[in-house]
Amino acid sequence: MDFIQNFPFFSIILSMFSGTVSSVLPARAAKILNTVLISVVGMMSAILLVYLMGTGESYVYWMGHFPAPWGNEIRAGVLEAGMALFFCTIMLLSVMGGRKKLIGEVEYSKHNLYYILTNLLLSSLLALVYTNDLFTAYVFVEINTIAACGLIMIRQNGRTVEAAVRYMIMSLLGSGLFLISLCTLYDMTGHLLMSNIKEAVAVLSQRQEYQIPLMTTIGLMCTGLAIKSALFPFHSWLPDAYGYSTVSSAAMLSSLVSKGYIFLLIKIFYRVIGFDIIVHGKIINILFLFGLLGMIVGSLSAIRENDIRRMIAFSSVAQIGYIYMGFGLGTESGMTASIYHILAHAATKSLLFIAAIGLTDVSGGSRRFQDLTGAGYRHKIAGVAFTVGALSMVGVPMFSGFVSKLLFAEASIGHTYKMFPAVIALGLSTILNAIYFMKTVIRIYVPEKRPDYEVITVKDEKEYSLTLVCFIVLNVALGMLSQPIEGWIHAGLAMFG
Amino acid sequence: MKKDSAFSRWFYGEKDTLLGRVEMKPQKEYEPKEAELRELLEDHQHLREHIYDVHNRKLLAFSRMYKVAAVIFCLTLISIMLVTVSWLPESGNPQNPVNNEVSARYIEKGLQETGAVNIVTGMILDYRAFDTFGESNVLFIATVTVLILLRLDKEKKAPAKKGMVVYEKPLDELTVAQAEAHDRVYEPKNDAILQKVAGFLVPVIIIFGIYVVLNGHLSPGGGFSGGAIIGAGLILYLNAFGFEKTERFFTERTYKWTCFGALTFYCLAKSYSFYTGANHLESGIPLGTPGAILSSGLILPLNICVGLVVACTMYAFYALFRKGGF
Repeated sequence: MDFIQNFPFFSIILSMFSGTVSSVLPARAAKILNTVLISVVGMMSAILLVYLMGTGESYVYWMGHFPAPWGNEIRAGVLEAGMALFFCTIMLLSVMGGRKKLIGEVEYSKHNLYYILTNLLLSSLLALVYTNDLFTAYVFVEINTIAACGLIMIRQNGRTVEAAVRYMIMSLLGSGLFLISLCTLYDMTGHLLMSNIKEAVAVLSQRQEYQIPLMTTIGLMCTGLAIKSALFPFHSWLPDAYGYSTVSSAAMLSSLVSKGYIFLLIKIFYRVIGFDIIVHGKIINILFLFGLLGMIVGSLSAIRENDIRRMIAFSSVAQIGYIYMGFGLGTESGMTASIYHILAHAATKSLLFIAAIGLTDVSGGSRRFQDLTGAGYRHKIAGVAFTVGALSMVGVPMFSGFVSKLLFAEASIGHTYKMFPAVIALGLSTILNAIYFMKTVIRIYVPEKRPDYEVITVKDEKEYSLTLVCFIVLNVALGMLSQPIEGWIHAGLAMFG
Repeated sequence: MKKDSAFSRWFYGEKDTLLGRVEMKPQKEYEPKEAELRELLEDHQHLREHIYDVHNRKLLAFSRMYKVAAVIFCLTLISIMLVTVSWLPESGNPQNPVNNEVSARYIEKGLQETGAVNIVTGMILDYRAFDTFGESNVLFIATVTVLILLRLDKEKKAPAKKGMVVYEKPLDELTVAQAEAHDRVYEPKNDAILQKVAGFLVPVIIIFGIYVVLNGHLSPGGGFSGGAIIGAGLILYLNAFGFEKTERFFTERTYKWTCFGALTFYCLAKSYSFYTGANHLESGIPLGTPGAILSSGLILPLNICVGLVVACTMYAFYALFRKGGF
């Protein structure tokens, strides 16, 4: 076994261990540890990705001295390694971009707790990405949920505490449904390991046994994870949680936490139930329907919003709708489009949240549109970054959002009865996106002099500006390098087997 | 009966043995001041008019609909679950899918492979140790969130730096001194009955907890249950004797470093075992004779670690909820 194959295990255990270590460190040291950790894990994932591209096949890794159905196991393929790399990049940028707000919004004595939460969030995301065992997935879903709650409420005011309570109730409901479905699945198959469950489920569906409980199990699993990732009718917790928490939390929640659950759902489709059985079941049609509704309703709510942070948050509802719509198509190309959109949305939404904070800072801390007038001139780099994010979300060529929308459209063409609803919803949602994002961009570039507000230049906030530049580069890269990324997704899905 | 013995004096009502030894506060009926009452009324009015918007017909109709829909939804979910359960394999049937090679190996070879007489412990701390490590991190992160929510700190501000925004604390937050003053306003201090009983019980409870932790690999129990017992003992002690006594041996530093030490040991030990296992190396940890107290390799030290983390967590939760610190 090559040494590089240990890297997934090292990434998970290192991030858990640095969570423990941060508990005894002062804030400054915890901050440095956190940065080092995310960079190291990101680098390890990059090396692993290159290595796996070379070997061309995935491998399993024993967590202990016992082989698969008895002990725990993790598994790495190109999709997993790439996702881990991507999550690390986004997390590093989100933490960097929100650092100056953290001082003003979180008690300094609790900063090391913030970094514990971040480290453990990273460990849970990595575990969700790499795990080959459903119960391990559940344990890390719990860590993920609690960490997300903490990230919301660490900025302590009434709004965030309320948002955290809402988030907790909804999220625990999701965990509960997921756990119930896990139990029934275990009852029917006798396994917790993903590959063994898949074999057993294939036998069951061949013999036509346990069809009804199998159907409810898939339904409960999808519902549980849909609640946790804020699919349309379950999105009520989202605007407050993203809108009022401190900015790096909002960026991480929108671009990482929900994406971790969605990635787990993809793994369940491919590696636990089997994609064919999922496609033959009717449950993805429901996901498709709610995805479409989410695309429209999320955008409509965003148009009505007069608070820039909440507007971006509502836009997430629409974007999650796109992803589930892609699942609902039930084809390989739909899945590819969804995975591309996971990347595009994660890269763009965290950029938007972090750029928005720069704009509100030069508007006297107000988040209402009236006060944001001309903010793009007062904080130039934030204005540019917000414009890039907005263009990407609307789907202008050269930026990441365009590619995923193109892929969605391509995937839906030729589908017997889902083509028209999907294409129409895509078009409508794009127009609605354009309405609220362009409205904001025009607003921040209205040449109005506001001498009462301060002006922030790049020199004043070097780290913040660097973060925004990195985000812009990432967005453009995702938009321009669609061919290799698509190739990577296809290779990864093939390895899921 | 001797006429002047303590018992007879108490019996005849001449002496109250508890007098002077228990802090006794007569219970008063709650009499709110007029200003408080007015404020309450205003708050109530404000809530009704501005927050809940009681005159809004649409909202009223919506909330009624919401209740009905909730009931319908719950009933549907319950019936779906009942139908599902009726189609699941009957419990106790030897032909069930769960009775497969996985559980067979745990039962038949568990003792030999893990060295633990208690199969459950062998399973959670050896076969599936990664899950359990995740689970103890769940506990750890749960305390972290409670610390965020409830811990009151004396020093909150960041070291002053030019151009930095300074954290402004919310107005209604308690200070540490206030929290200490509020501690046990409504409970008697130094209750003699509680102290006597606690004096008997606490050592027994803690020793039993330690026994459960140490014998986790031999008999039912282990780190989680034993730790919970020890934690309960500590909480009882705190209730009886107050923070002054417990702070002599358990402060925030104790909590921090115990948790840190236990989790670090757990992490390092398990990393070693995962690493050697995955790379197919011999771990070199002797399993010992099954049944002896020093046996089953890493399970005993891991149980101790889990026990420490759980006990500290239980105590920390109680202390934080009570006065926001240790």
